[in-house]
Amino acid sequence: MSFRAGEEVVVKNDWPETRGPAHIRTPHYVRGRRGRVVRRLGAFPNPEDLAFARPAAPRDLYHVSFAMRELWPEGGGDEVVVELYEHWLERP
Amino acid sequence: MSVLEAESEALLGAIRRLLAAKGVLNEGEIAQQRQSTDRAEPGQGARMVARAWTDPDYRALMLSDGAKAAEAMNIPMRGMPPLGVLENNDQAHHLVVCTLCSCYPKAVLGYPPYWYKSSAYRARAVRDPRGLLLEFGTSLPEGLTIRVVDSSADFRWMVLPRRPSGTDGWSAERLAALVRPGDMLGVTLPNA
Repeated sequence: MSFRAGEEVVVKNDWPETRGPAHIRTPHYVRGRRGRVVRRLGAFPNPEDLAFARPAAPRDLYHVSFAMRELWPEGGGDEVVVELYEHWLERP
Repeated sequence: MSVLEAESEALLGAIRRLLAAKGVLNEGEIAQQRQSTDRAEPGQGARMVARAWTDPDYRALMLSDGAKAAEAMNIPMRGMPPLGVLENNDQAHHLVVCTLCSCYPKAVLGYPPYWYKSSAYRARAVRDPRGLLLEFGTSLPEGLTIRVVDSSADFRWMVLPRRPSGTDGWSAERLAALVRPGDMLGVTLPNA
């Protein structure tokens, strides 16, 4: 799935590390949270496979911005921007 | 085995011989890479910042492709991840962190300060950046949004700070001497 700059996205609320060995670049604090695509950064071999020396297909990487209030109970209008792979993003 | 012959040295030697035998990497390339690693230090990033402050074309290049801008200053980027440059302006202030581990723009800033890898910095940067900045002695002007950039994957990030006032007419060399590593991570602001 590809996404446009400015588009709203939701990060999958998925926890593969509870099902077995995993290497994940999606920080815990954004899973299940709603953010906005800043821009596409490029395509990179999927680190989740690369870490286990498996063939790693290229995946689109996006800069996604989250309002602090979406992440933390006391959060305000500041933002956190995270690099996220396409397979972690969904349309709300 | 004496203390001068560590097991790790023997292992490293064996790996280097294997890499050479298999044609993956030769001794010359290893020496070259070591040399560029040794040359990486915050002064390199500071030179880029100072040039961006004095040369609008270079500033545009730096914001569109940090690695190309580094190479234009003879900073070796071979084998390095892409470098993104975050522009501070009168709307937004950027702060760089790696909450997962310790990703750092080593090619242009060298080794990170000791606190960069600490759990405290990593946890607080994404939750209470304003409180964190105050502890670094940094208070931001009203109305500025903080954009915390978590280096979670394949890019490395550095901040292009705003040029401090009182530096009109300064040469790029003089400006570069102002810029500290913290200014290029967003924990401090350059001050003339």
